[in-house]
Amino acid sequence: MRRVPPYLALFAYVVFLAFPLLWLLSTALKTPQEMALTSPTWIPREPTLANFADAFGEQDLVGAALRSLVVALSSSLITVLISLPAAYAMARYRSLVSRIAVGWVLVSQVFPFILIVIPLFLIMRDLELVNTLPGLVAVHVTFTLPFALWMLQGYVRAVPRELEEAAAVDGAGRLRSIASVVAPLLAPGVVATLLFAFISSWNEFLFALVFLQDPDVMTLPLTLVRFTGPEGVARLGPLAAASLMATIPSLIFFAIIQRRLKSGLMAGAVKG
Amino acid sequence: MRIRSALAVAAIVTLAAACGGGGGGGETPSGDGQPVKLDFLSLAWQKESVAANKEIVAEWNKSHPDIQVTYVQGSWDNVNDQLVTQFAGGTAPDVIHNDSPALAGFASDGYLLDLTAKLPAELKSDIPQAAWDTVTFMGGEGEQGVYGVPFLQESQVIIANKKLLDASGVRVPTPDNPWTWDEFSEAAKKMTKDGTYGVAWAMKSPVNRTLNLALNFGGTFFQTGADGNTTVKVGPEEREVLQRIHDQLYKDKSADPAALGQGTADPLPAFFQGKFAMLPTGVYLRQQVTEQAPDGFEWVTLPAPKGVTAEQGAVSQTLSIAQDSEHPDQAMQFIAYFLNAENQAKLAKGDWLLPTSQKAESDPAITTKENGWDVATASAKNLVVAPFLKVNGYDEWRSKVATPVLQEYYANKISLDDAAKRLVEEGNQVLERYHR
Repeated sequence: MRRVPPYLALFAYVVFLAFPLLWLLSTALKTPQEMALTSPTWIPREPTLANFADAFGEQDLVGAALRSLVVALSSSLITVLISLPAAYAMARYRSLVSRIAVGWVLVSQVFPFILIVIPLFLIMRDLELVNTLPGLVAVHVTFTLPFALWMLQGYVRAVPRELEEAAAVDGAGRLRSIASVVAPLLAPGVVATLLFAFISSWNEFLFALVFLQDPDVMTLPLTLVRFTGPEGVARLGPLAAASLMATIPSLIFFAIIQRRLKSGLMAGAVKG
Repeated sequence: MRIRSALAVAAIVTLAAACGGGGGGGETPSGDGQPVKLDFLSLAWQKESVAANKEIVAEWNKSHPDIQVTYVQGSWDNVNDQLVTQFAGGTAPDVIHNDSPALAGFASDGYLLDLTAKLPAELKSDIPQAAWDTVTFMGGEGEQGVYGVPFLQESQVIIANKKLLDASGVRVPTPDNPWTWDEFSEAAKKMTKDGTYGVAWAMKSPVNRTLNLALNFGGTFFQTGADGNTTVKVGPEEREVLQRIHDQLYKDKSADPAALGQGTADPLPAFFQGKFAMLPTGVYLRQQVTEQAPDGFEWVTLPAPKGVTAEQGAVSQTLSIAQDSEHPDQAMQFIAYFLNAENQAKLAKGDWLLPTSQKAESDPAITTKENGWDVATASAKNLVVAPFLKVNGYDEWRSKVATPVLQEYYANKISLDDAAKRLVEEGNQVLERYHR
């Protein structure tokens, strides 16, 4: 019986998290008339797929989703590839430079994106990267990198230095101890960073809006916004249907990768 | 709101523009046998409207192989952020859909082409001067110019529950004989009974609606002195509509207080349930009503009430040409085709708005009695340029001063005198910064 309260709390939390998704699903299946009821219903009375037909018929959602996927996968992989060695260096080689670097990373987070969007646009235009997916990937990597670096160096710091020292005593060089000892222990951190970078890029709107002008390169957020009009009026049905489809790739990505998100690998690694 | 977010970045545009220049939307220079390519940024979002836009562009591309237009769909919520950046970078689309309040700033920054000399006579004469006034602004070099072609306008109407309207026994107003504000208030009182209110004012964004209706009594809210500087005024003319709406809410108790904080489309569920009988709103909301009304629900479109006049302030949706466009003449040709009378009727029907083309106004598609088109289209004759359209600093006045003040006034938290005082005093502080 003592276990009931925690389970109840857990259940309430799951409901809290699932509510927006379930509401999206319910809205996507409703007719416009049913959406305008004063007492909203959970289960649509006359479920319809018309919203999905409208959403997919009017906009190239599949193409946009594929482009978003390419951008999000590329930028998350590149972000992790760049930030991992940098994070290791920042965490392990403590010096004035690394402290300044960490501070700089944090300072860079306080700049509102909108302030730098125009100068950045001019740079990208001169590099002929406007209107291209590689350009957008470069921008996403740039803006995800500081936080990814910050996240990862926290994970690196959590790996006890003694483990590397123990490996060194056993004759392993630094590279060998990184590959055989540190890397496996960092896997959950890498996965979390990868997820963070993927979701940031998948949802990113502002940079995509200003950098991508050609309909053939537009990403999913730019396509979703087309179902909204002025003053907050929106075509709720098709918007809900399209948004629901837009959440699916992140869910799949998360489902595949979350098995690696384990904690406790290092429990008992160092006994004092 | 859209402009406000753009203002957030406008401060650095000047700096960025210094490094900008060059570019241009079109890709292929004409004269080498290749077709000219134009980008057309459209903000259409309703299903029928997007279809009409695509159809007209496709027809153009078919009949003009030498000038090919790419249809690019944008969104109202973010268009000004997008344009500020693209203008600064010199990569803005050639043909740009927007609305007249946004053009003033872009025109004075020199980003839009002055169309005065390029407008074909037929297009110019088909659109009335009152609509051209909504797109005439000071350009970057201090000269008056026409910075867009106005094509869709919104007017205010009243959407009414037919059953409740008929049951009240009041005279049904017509475009030729609309209600006076007194009759409107009387009608609202008569329809208020058994838990049903006569009217609902959705005033989440109260400023534009109040200012547009205030013209009924000659209320302009702004005056320009001999020195050319604009100040806020709230005299007897401006107070009329404010007082009348307030009276409906708190004296007559004929207006539903629940709707006050709601956005434009939010009161519809309660309207369909018969919680109130009349919804003063923009003509475009008829689309939502048609789509969402439960089966058997009957509704009618009534003209807005009149005061001293039936005049309402208007803003227009517009098509402009970017200053940096490499093919301004071809862009103008496309605009002239896109906005001919036949196409304007299609676009108006798709967006449930009013065309500026006088020839289009008689198109059967938008004069039919069905869905209140006859009343909506007839209201176009009452549209005059909204007085706030040319006030430098209006957008900041609206968001920082007028929106909170009017919200508090309509919520009965402050008196009309207090509201008037704040609108003027705080408002003039804002406007002062914009004086040249």
